[in-house]
Amino acid sequence: MRPKKAKKVVFKSAAEMPLLICSVGHQTHNLTGAWRNIRPEVDRSKCIQCGICWKFCPEPAIEIVDEWPVVDYDYCKGCGICAEECPSKCIVMVEERK
Amino acid sequence: MSTEIKKQKKMTLTIPADEPMACGHLACQGCGATLAMRYMLKALGQRTALCIPACCWAVIDGPYPYSSLDVPIYHCAFETAASTATGVKAGLEMVGDKETTVVAWAGDGGTFDIGLQALSGAAERNEDIIYVCYDNEAYMNTGIQRSSATPYGAWTTTTPVKHFKTRPKKDIVSIMAAHRIPYIATASVSHPEDFVKKMKKAKGIKGTRFFHVYAPCPTGWKSRPEDSIKLARMAVQNAYFPLFEVEDGENYAINLKLKDKKPVDDYLRLQGRFRHLTDVQIAAVQAEVDARWERLLKLAG
Repeated sequence: MRPKKAKKVVFKSAAEMPLLICSVGHQTHNLTGAWRNIRPEVDRSKCIQCGICWKFCPEPAIEIVDEWPVVDYDYCKGCGICAEECPSKCIVMVEERK
Repeated sequence: MSTEIKKQKKMTLTIPADEPMACGHLACQGCGATLAMRYMLKALGQRTALCIPACCWAVIDGPYPYSSLDVPIYHCAFETAASTATGVKAGLEMVGDKETTVVAWAGDGGTFDIGLQALSGAAERNEDIIYVCYDNEAYMNTGIQRSSATPYGAWTTTTPVKHFKTRPKKDIVSIMAAHRIPYIATASVSHPEDFVKKMKKAKGIKGTRFFHVYAPCPTGWKSRPEDSIKLARMAVQNAYFPLFEVEDGENYAINLKLKDKKPVDDYLRLQGRFRHLTDVQIAAVQAEVDARWERLLKLAG
């Protein structure tokens, strides 16, 4: 498993670069959370811990921590699939404010 | 907060928990192809090599030498997905590696149109590869041009509303079944358990295995990004994209039997690319879907 939120790997010359693209140069330095204009918020009092939001997240920005879904706002693009698919409607999309 | 609320039950995950795909990739919001890749790598594990021709995934993955996947990737020319995978597999066998699964991962343009002869050749030789076609029904990466996977009535930039596509979608599964390859399956991102089950089954089979995966594209279909999964599920439930598998080109088996088939009307109305269709044209789509479903039921026996 690659480290989460690692720094950008910089290759100084072409000779240093790997021949095949692989996990040596990972893409986690690209914080895609800036694309978002609505954010999902999880209401734990209504959550039934089914894991459907985790299953359908295309990023995957939803992690299961201690059996609860936790959204990683550094990467969530705000597509809203989790809120749409949630069977207990415990995830709501809230407008992003600065 | 978590300490205040009691845990109701132990969480059971229906698909493998390890995550071979990392955050930070460049897919659009609500991308279906990304989910398809995620489920495939969850099923196949890390001992996988990917060959990706020009398609959305050539971009989503990230610029060289960065990548959002934990597996090696070979970017090849548009028409050569199947032949490159054949070469990679032969190379691995030369150095004595028999465990690694080689996957050719192409979009619908790279499978239905441009890559068809390479795929046909590999299938005829029965090369030991898995070929996955994720179908978003047009050339989405280059700006929504018509492909032969585009369905009847759809708007694209090369089939504008006045001259929308009047020919039905190419039946790629029948073409592949005619090659008599050991395993063919269709899968949808809305049914990940079924997807993972089929992919694990395919991993244990030797020979060419073909997957046709339905991957909604909110950008090209002019639908809302949150509707991606809903659209994929509706397509399965109204037999627009039925889930079935074919073994040895002959034994058809339907995985999801539909008791009451839903009308295609609601599915079409959710997408901006079908907005111009009149009721008569929607009835024509329904008739075509019904005919295909009847044919499939007959084949499955």
